[in-house]
Amino acid sequence: MKKTILVLALLALIAFPIFAKGQKITISGSTTVLPIAQATAEIFMDKNPEINISVRGGGSSVGIAGIMAGTVDIGDASRHIQTKEIVAARENGINPYENVVANDGIAIVVHKNNPIKNLTIQQIKDIYTGKISNWKEVGGPAMPIVVISRDVSSGTFEVFNSLVLGGAQAIDGALMLASNNAVVSTIASTPGAIGYAGLGYITENVNIVKVNNVMPSKRTIQDKTYPVARTLHMYTNGAPKGLVKEYIDFILSDEGQAIIEEQGFISVK
Amino acid sequence: MNKFKETMFKSITYVASLFTILALFGIIFSLFSEGIPILKIINFKDFLGSTAWHPTSNPPDFGILALIIGSLVVTVGALVISIPLGLGSAIYISEIAGQRTKEIIKPIIELLAGIPSVVYGLFGMAFLSPFLIKVFGIPTGLNALSASIILGIMVVPIISSMSEDALSTVPKSLREASLALGANRWETIMRVVLPAARSGVLGSIILGFGRAIGETMVVIMVAGGAAQIPSSLFEPVRPMTAAIASEMGETAFGSPHFHALFGIAVVLFFITFITNLITEFVFRKKRNQT
Repeated sequence: MKKTILVLALLALIAFPIFAKGQKITISGSTTVLPIAQATAEIFMDKNPEINISVRGGGSSVGIAGIMAGTVDIGDASRHIQTKEIVAARENGINPYENVVANDGIAIVVHKNNPIKNLTIQQIKDIYTGKISNWKEVGGPAMPIVVISRDVSSGTFEVFNSLVLGGAQAIDGALMLASNNAVVSTIASTPGAIGYAGLGYITENVNIVKVNNVMPSKRTIQDKTYPVARTLHMYTNGAPKGLVKEYIDFILSDEGQAIIEEQGFISVK
Repeated sequence: MNKFKETMFKSITYVASLFTILALFGIIFSLFSEGIPILKIINFKDFLGSTAWHPTSNPPDFGILALIIGSLVVTVGALVISIPLGLGSAIYISEIAGQRTKEIIKPIIELLAGIPSVVYGLFGMAFLSPFLIKVFGIPTGLNALSASIILGIMVVPIISSMSEDALSTVPKSLREASLALGANRWETIMRVVLPAARSGVLGSIILGFGRAIGETMVVIMVAGGAAQIPSSLFEPVRPMTAAIASEMGETAFGSPHFHALFGIAVVLFFITFITNLITEFVFRKKRNQT
């Protein structure tokens, strides 16, 4: 009798993953969206123990490529999908659908002791392209400007490059750092530095500069008056349905958006 | 039964060595098959000879000269720092220090080799770079100099422990003969012991070179990452390893940028391959001598 129960229990254990099959969501893509996907997936899985969500990074291009090839359920991207990517996806019989899950502001930051409080987009562009190389040219102290940028493959660089530089080349002498944290900590220890990082990464050790007289904040980013802001996306094949819809609805719910704000991003509502 | 064990053991070790060789060839094959296609987009001369590295611009530029120079500058800088320190400590440990001091100093220097490179990088970012800003009054502390200093400290234990091995294998009779002929200790070390151990010392320097040029984490964190040919040591550089590691993560598979990064890896492979060949050559010569 004991033996029968044991066998039944073993069978149930083996059969369980079969029943659980189909209750799985795979996500990959942008490293900027990664913390959002991870934090919301954890809570969502706590609430629905039968659902298993696997979250990976890889970068915006990887996420969009995953959706185009149909290998993931959700592709994260910190940029918009390009026309040529949509065309390629349609050829595969896939219809990429953009779900905006959060807002993100990119703050322009300088050293704590730098008296500069405001810069125009044009001034920032001139600094990054090398036309302005000393703080005295924008009303600051006579001190050479140390230009800090992000690695050219990062989504943050891509957005900064298109919104501020308009695709122009940053000077070759700019420091190219590997992460938002590295940018902030380097500016904190470099008096002449200027750099940019996602709003969620800014600490009290650096100063945020107003851009065109607008301070980045929840309000100015939501009403789009702050110019260096972007939306973060989760791409799906067609409008989300079934399990994926449940998950994305959860992210867009008040509770999901509260998690996003905890991660340092701005709610879409 | 014993014979069976013998064959078993033989075949297991054989498979293990075979696997290592297979892995090596697999790596070389994938490096080349992903790296060569970049030459369809940019010709060989421009790839190695142009300093414009703007891989995500439109149109992109894939010239890696500035990255090669960046690697060489920090590596040579590291050797300038580590050769006197490493060789000096090797001579002290092997020739001058007493047995007690030797037993204390040697493990401490070797401990340096056990510190993970990311810890060296953190040290460079948090302490060395602000320190250099204060001391030299330079705009940024993330530059070729700070990367050279950190890499130099990392290479010291390699040069020190290998040179010390080489020095201690010099026969005692040579030293005694030199001293008996009236040479003092300094002359004995410089004119007799060091020349006798020169192939081991040279080998340690070449290995140190290979260690410094291949190091990735430290240069990502402290070299500053600017793809330019520096006009002084106080300017930031972007060594090859830093470019590969920090750009590969967000590059679309199979894109020109992807192939360009593999192309850099091929160049790096050739540089380390040649240094390894030289080391092998130097050591073989030494073995034949003794």
